[in-house]
Amino acid sequence: MKFATSTSPHTFQTDSVQKVMLEVLLALVPGIIAMTWYFGWGILVNIAISVTVAVASEALFIKLRKRHALPVVSDLSAVVTGVLLALALPPLLPWWITAIGAAFAIIIVKQLYGGIGYNPFNPAMAAYALLLVSWPTHMTSWLPPSVLNTIPLDFGQVLNIIFTGTMPAGLSWDTISSATPLDEMFTRLDMNQMIEEIRQSPLWGDFGGKGWEWVNNWYLLGGLYLLFRKVISWHIPISIIGSLLLLSGLAYMIDPAVHPFPAFHIFTGGVMLGAFFIATDPVSASTTKKGQLIFGASIGTLIFIIRNWGGYPDAVAFAVLLMNMAAPTIDYYTKPRVFGEVKDASDD
Amino acid sequence: MHVAGTSSNRNQRKLWHFHGGLHLPDHKSMSMQRPPVEAAHDDLLVIPLQQHIGEPPEVLVKPGDKVLKGQMLARANAYVSAPVHASSSGTVVAIDEQPVPHPSGLSATCITIETDGQDKWDDCLPAPIRDYKNCTASELLERIHWAGIVGLGGATFPSRVKLNPGANKPIDTLVVNAAECEPYITCDDALIQSHAQEILQGIDIVMHILSAKLCLIGIEDNKQDAIAAIQQALSEHESDNIELVVIPTIYPSGGEKQLIKILTGKEIPGNSLPADIGIVCHNVATLFAVNNAVSKGHPLISRMVTITGEGISKPQNMIVPNGTLISSLIEQAGGYNNNVNELIMGGPMMGYALSSDTLPVSKGTNCILVTQKDNAVQNIPTPCIRCGKCAEVCPALLLPQQLYWYARARDLDKVQDFNLFDCIECGCCAHVCPSHIPLVQYYRFAKTEIWAREEEKRKSDIARQRHEFRDARLARIKAEKQAKLRKKKEVLEKKKAADVDPKKAAIEAAMKRAAEKKQKLQEEGKIPANTENLTAAQQRQIDEANKRRENSES
Amino acid sequence: MITAILTITALAVLFGLLLGYSAIRFHVEGDPIVDQIDSLLPQTQCGQCGYAGCRPYAEAMAQGEAKINKCPPGGEVTMIALADLLGQDPVALEDEEAAEKPKSVAYIVEEECIGCTLCIQACPVDAILGAAKSMHTVIIDECTGCELCLPPCPVECIHMHPLEDHISNWRWPYPEQEAPPIAAGSN
Repeated sequence: MKFATSTSPHTFQTDSVQKVMLEVLLALVPGIIAMTWYFGWGILVNIAISVTVAVASEALFIKLRKRHALPVVSDLSAVVTGVLLALALPPLLPWWITAIGAAFAIIIVKQLYGGIGYNPFNPAMAAYALLLVSWPTHMTSWLPPSVLNTIPLDFGQVLNIIFTGTMPAGLSWDTISSATPLDEMFTRLDMNQMIEEIRQSPLWGDFGGKGWEWVNNWYLLGGLYLLFRKVISWHIPISIIGSLLLLSGLAYMIDPAVHPFPAFHIFTGGVMLGAFFIATDPVSASTTKKGQLIFGASIGTLIFIIRNWGGYPDAVAFAVLLMNMAAPTIDYYTKPRVFGEVKDASDD
Repeated sequence: MHVAGTSSNRNQRKLWHFHGGLHLPDHKSMSMQRPPVEAAHDDLLVIPLQQHIGEPPEVLVKPGDKVLKGQMLARANAYVSAPVHASSSGTVVAIDEQPVPHPSGLSATCITIETDGQDKWDDCLPAPIRDYKNCTASELLERIHWAGIVGLGGATFPSRVKLNPGANKPIDTLVVNAAECEPYITCDDALIQSHAQEILQGIDIVMHILSAKLCLIGIEDNKQDAIAAIQQALSEHESDNIELVVIPTIYPSGGEKQLIKILTGKEIPGNSLPADIGIVCHNVATLFAVNNAVSKGHPLISRMVTITGEGISKPQNMIVPNGTLISSLIEQAGGYNNNVNELIMGGPMMGYALSSDTLPVSKGTNCILVTQKDNAVQNIPTPCIRCGKCAEVCPALLLPQQLYWYARARDLDKVQDFNLFDCIECGCCAHVCPSHIPLVQYYRFAKTEIWAREEEKRKSDIARQRHEFRDARLARIKAEKQAKLRKKKEVLEKKKAADVDPKKAAIEAAMKRAAEKKQKLQEEGKIPANTENLTAAQQRQIDEANKRRENSES
Repeated sequence: MITAILTITALAVLFGLLLGYSAIRFHVEGDPIVDQIDSLLPQTQCGQCGYAGCRPYAEAMAQGEAKINKCPPGGEVTMIALADLLGQDPVALEDEEAAEKPKSVAYIVEEECIGCTLCIQACPVDAILGAAKSMHTVIIDECTGCELCLPPCPVECIHMHPLEDHISNWRWPYPEQEAPPIAAGSN
């Protein structure tokens, strides 16, 4: 009797890339719900636009490479990229900016480098950086969170704004938009106001920006779910949050008047999303365990530095991108000891 | 780390653990439901010549010869080599290239024997050694070598080489590998349960050869019956330096280096051997064969093989004569089930798939595994997402991901920088890869490429030497020729310039004098007569001659 | 403006001196390049590159006179290694067909050999054993497959036999890549 042959091992775990991506999407659901609750339908519309454009551009590009599109797209990595990008964007961003971002992320940052597994930079963050630098006003026009929102918008109005750019009657950008808490905090600090004064503003909740802190909580929950399911390992998230807490804690102890409380840093902006979902992207992060700790700690440090002394309010994207560049070098210098290798020269 | 065991467990040793490894479902009960049986003898036995690592042995028989069971068919002449024996009596029908179980699918020289059904033992076998303690190590090693014993854990390294590490490497511990960590395989388990005493005797013999002080039997805790069998045998056994150590079940704890780490905490680096730290490791089946060879005078001609898998109707263990065809064994095990996928020699993690079942079983075969099609598992590889799961499970603490990238890029230097040759090809990395990349195949490819490249370099260095030598030889011959020619020329020229023939010179001088004289006389007007100025003697002679003339005339 | 020019000039002179000093002080004695090139060549001494052996070809490459793609027995691997060593771009092999020929060794048909020693004189690595009016035979282990013995044989009794794959020298194949491209005409 004749048989077909394959190479060992002949048994596999039933894991697959698709399963990993599905877990990530599941873990994002609480965060998405929170964002939608606080910032309105725009979040969901953005996600829809971003995912559609991402998947479509991936399929198109694979076809151009003369390969079958369905197996590649069905690993859901484009969907995850689309969702992560959309969650970083302001809710009322014009649709074409979102579309450009998604297309850039997939085509330029991912496919042109060779497809999944080959991109050195995190696609969502690179696209975010592109959009931020190209359309700064649009990208920094956030809505106030619903708890503070005096002018709520309904679904139809949101669609209108996103797709046609026309405001509902009687409203203008100035009336509805608001700065993010981070923006607010650092602009005012630059103007030499004291923390005490700044915290008088109604923007603040208990330990972060109002509304924002809850979003971050939900992201944290999703991240803990991923840890529990062993989809990600603890090294990167803990080192990012840990280093950020450490540095901001030190700064706070040195001068509480001009440095915000450490919890502010980690519960505002994109730190939780970044720590658990973005920096842990295995393709662009460091692969050795020691390297991951260094990678995460450096991201935390960079976030602190950029926030305090940099020009843009939220630093997560830039910090992650900078460390993506350094990941191969970190890997090279943190090779683990091989079985039987002794580090001391005295042993033989 | 203390291992929780049953109260009858003698194990109180400290255990260590190695990095990585996998907990795999062991699928072992299916082949232990039936007791092991002797495989029925086949009509045809195809015995490969090379069933070991090292030099092939020299064939002693020719087609048409009648052979008896246990007769040596091929003799090992090199040190790292092992002989081959007939596993049953019969007639040699052919010595030619036959397909053998090997991942390449290539053929190798085999001795095909048509059995006569009598299974008659050779009467010239060596006598059993009753009292091995009075034998020297080299006598026992000779017996082991004669018996053709090789490592039966799968590596098939000639045992007499392994048991002779040399005087500069004293051995104090014998580690017995009863771990059998791969799923599905139960041949060692079955052997221990049926022949525990003989295995202990084999251990005694080997300890005597090595002058070892301690023996550690490492066995996984999922083999409770085998553990009980060994404990029973130990309680009846005399020596007290054999210790049974139960270790946690984790793949690949049966790897030699991993087992040594678990039992002793010592790590053996890639380029060292266990003998360097005073340890020798042997599989239980090898020790059983040693006992057979020494105590009974029997060569290695059969072994326990597990025939198992979801594709087999009656999975079981069998004692199989060397050279039996796999198809015959499967038939005896109830034949194939439906929906058969692959035929694997070995276990699911490290075994290799065979393309046909009409291949012979050899000394290194521990398991024949037939798998069924599993539609849930897709094997199409997708790109690596650098998740790092492979590095988490690698028992050799390597970075499989980096090895993959460099092997894929055919960067054979960089791949060695990451210690490619420390890889034991256990398959843990490929098992967990979410992208289903055949990682182990990349490493095997890289290893054989590197060996081929080194071989080519060695050959090209020799060719360069030969070429340079040839150039030098030709140049030398040319130079010698030229030197000779030059010398000849010199001699020739010397002759022309140096003195001419002396005789000639004298004649010429005389002729010169005569010519001068003649000229002088001519100038004086005298014709020279030679009757003037005669001496008295000359005058007397002339007078006498004249007198004689006168006398004769008258 | 003058200060700018002077400053830049001064910096240039400073760095020039520094570099010159470093070039001398930290100079590394390396292999002469010819030896390095020669060690990469397969030593078949076949002459298919147009030079009288591997060493002359190596010397020509070191002088910059020869291109790196002339060695068929070395194949693409050698060409890439040479490109690496010499800092050049890889070039497609001149004679692709010759490079892809399987490795062969020469075989003398003994019934036809007349013992003329012409092949022995032609072999660049002395791989043929024999003497005048005695049988000639090729030592397989030393034969590099250069085929230089074939033309001189007056009775054409030398043939090239490809080396067969044997279990002892079998190599694992390169694993297949991910899903192959869509072939033209298939769906």
